[in-house]
Amino acid sequence: MSLQCIGEDNWVDTRTVYIGHKEPPPGTEAFIQQRFPDNRIVSSKYTFWNFIPKNMFEQFRRVANFYFLIIFLVQLIIDTPTSPVTSGLPLFFVIIVTAIKQGYEDWLRHKSDNAVNHCPVHVVENGNVVCKQSCKLRVGDIVLVKEDESFPCDLILLSSSQHDGTCFVTTASLDGESSHKTYHAVQDTKAYNNEREVTSIHGTIECEQPQPDLYKFVGRINIYMNNEPVARPLGSENLLLRGATLKNTKYIYAAAIYTGMETKMALNYQAKSQKRSAVEKSMNAYLVVYLCILVSKSLINTMLKYVWQADANRDEPWYNQRTEAEKHRHIVIRAFTDFLAFMVLFNYIIPVSMYVTVEMQKFLGSYFIIWDHEMLDEETEERAVVNTSDLNEELGQVEYVFTDKTGTLTENNMEFIECCVDGYVYVPHAICNGQLMPDAVGMDMIDTSPGPDSREREELFFRALCLCHTVQVKEEETVDGLKHGSHHGKSSSFYISSSPDEVALVEGMKRLGFTYIRLKEGHMEISNREDEIERFELLEVLTFDSVRRRMSVIVKTSTGEFYLFCKGADSSIFPRVISGKVEQIRSRVEQNALVGLRTLCVAYKRLSPEQYQEVCHLLSNAKLALQDRDKRLAEAYDLIEKDLILLGATAVEDRLQDKAADTIESLHKAGIKVWVLTGDKMETAAATCYASKLFHPNTQILELTTKRTEEQSLHDVLFDLSRTILRQHGNMTRNTFSSLSDDCTDYGLIIDGATLSAVMRPSQEDSNSGNYREIFLDICRNCSAVLCCRMAPLQKAQIVKLVKTSKEHPITLAIGDGANDVSMILEAHVGIGIMGKEGRQAMRNSDYAIPKFKHLKKLLLVHGHYYYIRISELVQYFFYKNVCFIFPQFLYQFFCGFSQQPLYDTAYLTLYNISFTSLPILIYSLIEQHVNVDVLKKDPFLYRDIAKNSLLRWSTFIYWTLLGIYEAFIMFFGVYFLFDNTAFTSNGQMFGNWTFGTLVFTVLVFTVTFKLALDTHYWTWINHFVIWGSLIFFVVFSLLSGGIIWPFLNYQRMYYVFIQVLSSGPAWLSIILLITASLLPDVLKKVMWRALWPTTTEYIQMGPDSQGRDTAAVGHCLIRLLCTLLCVYKYT
Amino acid sequence: MMASSYNAKEEDGPHSGTPGLGGAAVTKSKKPDNTAFKQQRLVAWQPILTAGTVLPAFFVIGIFFIPIGIALFVTSNNIKEFEIDYTGVDADSPCYSCAKDFSWNSTTSCTCSVDFKLEQPFESNVFMYYGLSNFYQNHRRYVKSRDDSQLYGDLSALTNPSKECEPYRTSNGLPIAPCGAIANSLFNDTLELYYVDSNGTRKEIPLVKKGIAWWTDKHVKFRNPGGNDNLTVSFEGNSKPVNWRKAVYELDPTDSENNGFINEDFIVWMRTAALPTFRKLYRIIQKKSSNTATLPSGNYVLEITYNYPVLSFDGRKRMILSTISWMGGKNPFLGIAYLTVGSICFFLGVVLLIIHHKYDTRNTSADIPS
Repeated sequence: MSLQCIGEDNWVDTRTVYIGHKEPPPGTEAFIQQRFPDNRIVSSKYTFWNFIPKNMFEQFRRVANFYFLIIFLVQLIIDTPTSPVTSGLPLFFVIIVTAIKQGYEDWLRHKSDNAVNHCPVHVVENGNVVCKQSCKLRVGDIVLVKEDESFPCDLILLSSSQHDGTCFVTTASLDGESSHKTYHAVQDTKAYNNEREVTSIHGTIECEQPQPDLYKFVGRINIYMNNEPVARPLGSENLLLRGATLKNTKYIYAAAIYTGMETKMALNYQAKSQKRSAVEKSMNAYLVVYLCILVSKSLINTMLKYVWQADANRDEPWYNQRTEAEKHRHIVIRAFTDFLAFMVLFNYIIPVSMYVTVEMQKFLGSYFIIWDHEMLDEETEERAVVNTSDLNEELGQVEYVFTDKTGTLTENNMEFIECCVDGYVYVPHAICNGQLMPDAVGMDMIDTSPGPDSREREELFFRALCLCHTVQVKEEETVDGLKHGSHHGKSSSFYISSSPDEVALVEGMKRLGFTYIRLKEGHMEISNREDEIERFELLEVLTFDSVRRRMSVIVKTSTGEFYLFCKGADSSIFPRVISGKVEQIRSRVEQNALVGLRTLCVAYKRLSPEQYQEVCHLLSNAKLALQDRDKRLAEAYDLIEKDLILLGATAVEDRLQDKAADTIESLHKAGIKVWVLTGDKMETAAATCYASKLFHPNTQILELTTKRTEEQSLHDVLFDLSRTILRQHGNMTRNTFSSLSDDCTDYGLIIDGATLSAVMRPSQEDSNSGNYREIFLDICRNCSAVLCCRMAPLQKAQIVKLVKTSKEHPITLAIGDGANDVSMILEAHVGIGIMGKEGRQAMRNSDYAIPKFKHLKKLLLVHGHYYYIRISELVQYFFYKNVCFIFPQFLYQFFCGFSQQPLYDTAYLTLYNISFTSLPILIYSLIEQHVNVDVLKKDPFLYRDIAKNSLLRWSTFIYWTLLGIYEAFIMFFGVYFLFDNTAFTSNGQMFGNWTFGTLVFTVLVFTVTFKLALDTHYWTWINHFVIWGSLIFFVVFSLLSGGIIWPFLNYQRMYYVFIQVLSSGPAWLSIILLITASLLPDVLKKVMWRALWPTTTEYIQMGPDSQGRDTAAVGHCLIRLLCTLLCVYKYT
Repeated sequence: MMASSYNAKEEDGPHSGTPGLGGAAVTKSKKPDNTAFKQQRLVAWQPILTAGTVLPAFFVIGIFFIPIGIALFVTSNNIKEFEIDYTGVDADSPCYSCAKDFSWNSTTSCTCSVDFKLEQPFESNVFMYYGLSNFYQNHRRYVKSRDDSQLYGDLSALTNPSKECEPYRTSNGLPIAPCGAIANSLFNDTLELYYVDSNGTRKEIPLVKKGIAWWTDKHVKFRNPGGNDNLTVSFEGNSKPVNWRKAVYELDPTDSENNGFINEDFIVWMRTAALPTFRKLYRIIQKKSSNTATLPSGNYVLEITYNYPVLSFDGRKRMILSTISWMGGKNPFLGIAYLTVGSICFFLGVVLLIIHHKYDTRNTSADIPS
């Protein structure tokens, strides 16, 4: 603890704080006064001044925005085929809307920062308590915190209202542990417990510079009494963290040491970075491909143009001269201008509207999550919250789920379920009027009438539970949330303990008739069933530790007998038991553990006074040891806690959330790996995992814990495990897939925080450094479930990061409810907050927040699935329809002397993406359901069909692109051959180039819309309205725009063009023909693939309960009819 | 980009960084409405494309398309078309000298005549086209080089034509009417057709010049400034296009309804062709009586006033005579395409039928893989 060991070089890594800003007396070491930040929390991104430049910079950093900006600028500068308005208007609309939105959000952040920073705190100044704004707090200030207030910064406890200088604190919002923890003041300052006295403390605190680890703190306090410095070590038991709340203590005085952004909580808070979904990444990749297509198209056309123009009579025939200015332009400039003009002509291949549509789809689509009635919590009437809609589709891609345990999987509400004494099972709620009723249902081993001997055992067991604990009693009735249960009846006292299990046990005992009253003057008082007070003198407490996993007390009864009561995990008790009904109790314990109850075994030993003396001797020796005190103590405990007599076992339940097991099973079926990351201890966590079906009874558990790594080196353990796994894996691959489901044992891994950090630590020998991680990941990959216990918040994030950055780059999802989950929520691809009891931190930092864990099932399997198929179709379709749109223009260049002549009219060019083809795909991407909601919920394995971004694979993308190119060819050359040097009206008049374009465009709009109609599996009235509506709109628009001489336009090229087209029979016929020919291959492909290689989804679609069957039956009848008709047709 | 998050209305602040202190005001949200739309449970028709459903469609398409194709093909074959190239590239062609000696400055026009023979009589109305090849009327610089306001009769555009008309905007300081490259390059060959009967006498065939342009173009889109009378006055301040031999008000001095901007030949030319090889309607030969052919088989002479140079850009000029059916001129493409697509659909229908029978039974019995 002492800082002496830290060398001079490391002085920078420590800070010195003057308590109450009092200079240390002269003559002591002079420290350089450091500058500390004030206690201001800043989560906002912009200030008033840098908003416009910073926001613009960030927006134009997006490839798409930058590209559109370039196109717009090019259009402004050079003479291009299309007007700059066509690209400028949508771009600036998008930019301004985004800027307003981001500005508003940042303003809200400013507001909440201000609220936090201006929150009043009490500071002791010159012996008076002064109220200050939180942000004005400085390092060294002495702060007064009252009960139920949370600490404004990281503080060193100086004194409290309690005389022993302790205070209780709940760190629920920091690390998720809802229990009350005890913090201690330094011995020398605990007496100064009013503001006048506390001002008189003269001292300095030396401590390390801020570190994110919540559980580590090293420091030293120097107190100058009469100018004689007294140095005391400071540890994490003295440090009160910002965000924690003072409980059950009237007030405390403490000195601020870390403030503002340097508090441990702020350091644990990771900046909320923009998350990008896998779909967006695919989209960007496609964008790059299309950019390449665009550039190469333009390059090819520019080159061909100059090859073609080499002949001067082609370049400038007499009928088509250049202006003087153009003639004098340098050829390089001309070529470059031409290149840019081609770029502009083809730029619609990457439309602004796609980004707008994607954003709209995400924004509007996320309302379905909010609206979802099934994700509404009936009790609290809370519904899901969407904090960012950018990740909707990512919900359909999740491969790993990292879940917090307490409050997420469980309700965070301990309840005593039963106890088992010598094989008799007692269930508290089966008690009527204090009368015990052994629960005999289904218990073969229970004798119906316990004899007097066992009666005695039973009472001993109850007394043991009433005595063997570290529970404190709080008399006062205060509203303290629900965590410690409500207390009905006469007693108004609370039980408080660092372990909620103990509270549950003591409360359970109370319901069984034995009430622990208080600890008074070293005597524990309990009232037994007859309401008599029994007093036991508490002699020794052998405290709980996670290595021993048990605790003991030694008491002296009023009759003078010495008893040792021990309670602990079954694994640590059974080996120390010499008698008792071990077998019955063991089977009961195992049975309970399987259903996820937290079990403890209770044993006792009667000590003779001599034995007691020996024990005292052992203990005091160990306690007085100066070196290896912990080790000595452990040895002493080991000697004392043996030869026990087993009394019974208890079972406490941290009730699982409703349908948690069902949800986890569904996720498993959907191919998602579920990891539980918890700060809780291993046994508890493992029990929960069993209860929630994360581990099955036949799951083989692999442990990677401190206990094991103490025995073997980490290296060996890791290799051992991986060998086990790989052997199994080898067998598995040899077997066929059919046996995969049942026969082979699946593995579950348990790892604890300490071991994890050892695995993660980049070791000095570089040979092994990367290896550990790899091996660890390898093991994890082959485990169906992983449990990580004793995790610090940042470790949770580390785990998520480790998996996220592993070579498969799986999509991760983190779900939690407490502030301790925030870092992993921020780290994972998708962060989900549960609206739990532990504050709103997780919810605020999450991407989505849901009321209960069970809602995750629908969120992923239904919403995620839908969003993914919707957006993938949206993306593919958008690229496809623009290939169809622009490719004919490209082809047309070959017939117009590469002159950048647009095929379509400006109105068509602008409106194609904005109005003619935008709404159907938007509506599709909002309400498409390829499979019904209920089917998706019923058959989680459908989720596997879309795993790994399967609908946006390159092959699919290439298929769509090729389809687009094919359709463009059909449309262009179809019309080309129709136009081929002939009239196609009955009056012999000829059509011009705009008619050509209009004809292609008409076919295009219809084809592209019909293609979407063919892909739609869910035709609501909205789909009908939008699909037919937009086609009608196109026709009406064309009729109107061609029917009027537009006074404000300087060209009238579309005048009557469309109407003339419609007056021509062959035009109608060719439109029908070309649409049919364009759609044919896609329909064929779909039908063939479905018949030959159907996916699971397609099977489900054709399932007996869907309409597909009926239509198929109708189809059958039709076919028969047709066949007969055909025969007739052929023979006549 | 547009709206990626809207936590704002749910919570006071997105993340304040301090638990407890911020005092997050949690607004208890109301129960969401349980409408079918919001719960994504709208009534919907859920069609699925399977071999079974698509099969009938394929057969139907086949059955409809094949007869249409046959009808189109037959119609197209019944149309009579005659085409003759009169450019004068070869030395032995009649217009060789006219083509070779072409000069913009010559005041006299060169004429030449081409003989040809129609093997079959043209029964119904015959449409006479001129065709140009390798002429890029769809070049961007060319297409935009016009001023529709001027052609609409706008007076300000008459005196100040659009900049798009450059370099055919002004000439000798005066604004050109009609301005632009398209107008400037107006096709100005004159074609006359003579029937040579058996005793060698030429009989001029009356060519109707009305109805060759779109009705809407002639009556709405194109207008003379200041009405159709006194065109000379209207175009006083304008210069004629540089390559024209006569001013715009001299295009058809005989008919005031066909002069100036509303001259039908001019209007036809102003509708830029889609492809570099194109034809434009020149004249219509109307059927006189029901018992004689419009153009009986026999020998004809085409008299050409050769004004329009095309050899410089390797172009060709043609004269086309064609009858017209309900589907327009001769074009076998549509018929063939219909037949092809129809047959393919039919064939695919058969293939799918086989697949359907072979696989569908297997599929339904197979288990759903999990």
